[in-house]
Amino acid sequence: MPKFEELTVGDVVAQQDYKITRDSLVRYAGASGDFNTIHYRDDIAQAVGLPGVLAHGMLTMGISIQPVVSWVGDAGQVVDYGVRFTKPVVVPAQGHAALNVKATIGALEEETKRARVDLTTTFEENTVLGKSQAWVQF
Amino acid sequence: MVNPDIQGKRYPRTSSYLVGREKVREFAKAVMAAKESQDLGFAQSKGYADLVVPPTFPVVIQEQSLTLVLSDPEAKIDFSRVVHGDQRFVYQRPIIAGDELTSELTVASVKSLGGNHMVTFETEIFDTADKLVCTAISTLVVRGE
Repeated sequence: MPKFEELTVGDVVAQQDYKITRDSLVRYAGASGDFNTIHYRDDIAQAVGLPGVLAHGMLTMGISIQPVVSWVGDAGQVVDYGVRFTKPVVVPAQGHAALNVKATIGALEEETKRARVDLTTTFEENTVLGKSQAWVQF
Repeated sequence: MVNPDIQGKRYPRTSSYLVGREKVREFAKAVMAAKESQDLGFAQSKGYADLVVPPTFPVVIQEQSLTLVLSDPEAKIDFSRVVHGDQRFVYQRPIIAGDELTSELTVASVKSLGGNHMVTFETEIFDTADKLVCTAISTLVVRGE
């Protein structure tokens, strides 16, 4: 368990690679109830002018917070989490899309014992989430 | 195009959603969560009565409220033109398997930007004691024709 008193702004507290496959998209569709066809059908993705089948933004958001949850050891301590969806993650029919998530301490609030963790989620050298910030309650 | 008059509109409270333990596990696996939202013994060792949901789980409950807006003829939101712009969850307390939750959505703002509309929704999620548990804030971008 990390200690609030030992944190410094700029600390990289977690970093993790994830592989998103078409299977991941089908699994997330079922778990979340988001069955938008652009997340599993190439023909429809193409017809609406997308570069390919895309990962659900909410899947990318959901994965990106996991290194923080594991670092803290408690999902209940993530009291605020927000992102902006800036770039799509294209998931090929074969193989996978590789995501990297890096979590850095962005701010520390002494009075409330809360730490802001800034997340950088990268796919093919682009950052796919903007203003991706989580507040952790210690 | 989106009807700007829906700004400030509050939609009815949704029916109760029971957070099931296996649903939490299913969602946790889907977002590649580790033991924190899957291992009951681990959750209990942290003092929780049951599994704590992954931080983005309330999207499932937000979805129930959003369905009301998307099917509201007054709102005139064409779902085929919708892109998710941003999303945020602000918690008052953790959501635990076994919680029974309802939600109430308000249209916080409707903005026009370069032919597109940006609609921001605030969905408040309550427990059976009618206490606020979490607020889900979502902006949808509705692309112009």
